[in-house]
Amino acid sequence: MTLVVKDLVRHYPGNPKPTLAGMSFDLPAGTLTALLGRSGAGKSTLLRCVMGLEPFETGSIDIDGVVVRGTKESTPAARKQAIAQARAKLGLVFQSYELFPHLTALENCALAPVQVKHESREVALKRARDLLCQLGLEPRLDAFPEQLSGGQKQRVAIARALAMEPRVLLYDEPTSALDPSMKNEVLQCLKRIDATGVTQVVVTHDLQLARGVESVCILDHGVVIESGAPEQVLKAPSHESTKALLAAWTMDPA
Amino acid sequence: MRIALLVGLAASAALGAEPLTWGADAQGGAPYVFQDPMEPNRITGFEVDLATLLGQRLGRQARPVHGQWDSLLELLARGDFDLVINGIEVADEKKRVVALSRPYFATAEVLTIRRGEATAPRTLAGLAGRKVGTLPGSLAARIATGAGADVRTYDGGQDEIYDDLKLGRLDAVLLDEPVAHYYGDLDPALESVREGFGTVQYAIAVRLDDAALLGQVNGALEEVERDGSLRALYERWGIWCPETARLFGDLSPGSRGPAIEFERWRAAVGKLPSLWERITTRYPALVPLFAEGAALTLLVSLCAMALAVLLGVGLALGRRFGPRPLKWLCIAYIEFFRGTPLLVQLTIVYFGLPELGLKLHPFVAGALALGLNYAAAEAENYRAGLESVPSGQQEAAVVLGLSTWQTLRLVIGPQAIRISIPPMTNDFIALLKDSSLVSIVTLTELTKTYVNLANSTRDHLGLGLVVAVFYLLLGLPFARLARAAERHFGRHLRRDAT
Repeated sequence: MTLVVKDLVRHYPGNPKPTLAGMSFDLPAGTLTALLGRSGAGKSTLLRCVMGLEPFETGSIDIDGVVVRGTKESTPAARKQAIAQARAKLGLVFQSYELFPHLTALENCALAPVQVKHESREVALKRARDLLCQLGLEPRLDAFPEQLSGGQKQRVAIARALAMEPRVLLYDEPTSALDPSMKNEVLQCLKRIDATGVTQVVVTHDLQLARGVESVCILDHGVVIESGAPEQVLKAPSHESTKALLAAWTMDPA
Repeated sequence: MRIALLVGLAASAALGAEPLTWGADAQGGAPYVFQDPMEPNRITGFEVDLATLLGQRLGRQARPVHGQWDSLLELLARGDFDLVINGIEVADEKKRVVALSRPYFATAEVLTIRRGEATAPRTLAGLAGRKVGTLPGSLAARIATGAGADVRTYDGGQDEIYDDLKLGRLDAVLLDEPVAHYYGDLDPALESVREGFGTVQYAIAVRLDDAALLGQVNGALEEVERDGSLRALYERWGIWCPETARLFGDLSPGSRGPAIEFERWRAAVGKLPSLWERITTRYPALVPLFAEGAALTLLVSLCAMALAVLLGVGLALGRRFGPRPLKWLCIAYIEFFRGTPLLVQLTIVYFGLPELGLKLHPFVAGALALGLNYAAAEAENYRAGLESVPSGQQEAAVVLGLSTWQTLRLVIGPQAIRISIPPMTNDFIALLKDSSLVSIVTLTELTKTYVNLANSTRDHLGLGLVVAVFYLLLGLPFARLARAAERHFGRHLRRDAT
């Protein structure tokens, strides 16, 4: 298992209910999984907790053997160290990409390997170039983010994350900012990366995308209510909430 | 001033003694200490001649040091020069601050009015309720106030006072006779009333603890008074008068020579040359003097800006990323330096810190005060830059494993700079102009150079345009540099690039 989430609780002060209410799931290595759920189900909070961008109170997240525990169950120093180790195994593609606007596509991808992993500039630039070329960005290597289309920006963001050679790559709503015609392209991209053995987790509410992945987890009210292969979960859901969710989504073409 | 300093050093080395430094304000004007209108690179005046005379008697090279007139006694107490010779009036309250020598000159207060004006005041009693111009803190000001006049005091040059009289903004001017003689009497539109307004004496100020020098100065004054060389000096300047004659007990009639210096002055300022003549001959000759002032302005400003940038970056980072106590300290610093006048800060640094044992060189004090003040503005510029970068950028850097410092240096900083450059350019040009304040700590920078020259040559408009050109020449290269920097840091925003 490369990502094991256990009894995760995140309760924002002032909110009547916890956003993550003891969420648990595990993902086998090398799989491509979609986390589905309506707005407020806890998808984004889960991502931020996994990435260490936000604290959680209790429960644990095991990332390829590195365990991060809740604030009530560990010391700040231990958490800080665990988060740093976990981040070395994680990659995140932001919904808004967050490319560095003052750096070219190539420089965006080479920055962290040089600064964090202390790779030589040549090695880092070569890998960056290879990754960008694999994602079809060969003609745009020296372009600045402002000069790229939305789909191109996303692929640079993916290449930037892959350049750090993560074990687990997370995506926050990868299709939400794209033209519907691009959705299939994104799926093809995810599948190509899947072939390299990287574990991928896609947070989305895009049914079309979810139908193409290997497994799906349905989130509701801060817990996983159903999981399994997409054909099974999306075609014959067992949970009432899943049915309601799917019905609402089918009505809404987005 | 630097040339004068070099000459002074060389001369003192030759004499083998410390130069005798004396403080004065060349802005005050003729006939005391002023820039020769015929030859503005030269400082002249009867007090310059007196200082030279004393220097010769004491075996020391007399060297003038510039100081703002109303701070001369404080600068003396601070130790910036050995003496003050600049129309310091004998008055008891001054003796608490400094020691005064025997008087070297006595004269009458003179009332100047518009010629032939029937309603003009002509007596002390007639001053009641009338608008009377004079210099601040002077005996004349006290006399006019005592007479119930509506007293207007002028910090600038004396010719401004007489100009205002001519323009009808004043009803009369009450000043010491040498001033009236050099500024008022020259003008056919004005006339003077000499009798009945009181008399005044000038003395040399020495530090209270400098009894030895006071004794030497008194001895030398007595000598030049007795042997007639002081009277000859005053006659040369056309200011020998009955009051001084009585003071010296030298009632012998007849002049010992023509008032050549006064005639020279009258020839120089009696009529301003045509603008064309000024542009073709006078102003080019003044360029070195302005260039020297501009160099000082630029140097002070560059040092101050370097300090402001470094300190400003520290303050902005401390305020944004520091732990809470540091954050509060940074905010307190910014509010203090932004919320109090630069003039007050400079005065505290230069005149206040010596009380705590920290006596700074005028240049250091000027650059430090400007730098400390502008650091507050820079800190806010950089904070605006930092806060303009979306928080997602920092998260993206953190997720990639970059340290806080790397994030700042490689991700946030380069994006923030672009936002901070335009206000920074603005501030630098504002600083260039604000650097004129350092003239209060004895530095003759560009504005002071202009004011001195304008007062001695009575050419405010033409020289004003010259000094404006100098400021523009100083500021424009920075504006261009800033635009180039903006283009550099904003190159990623040009859609046509690559």
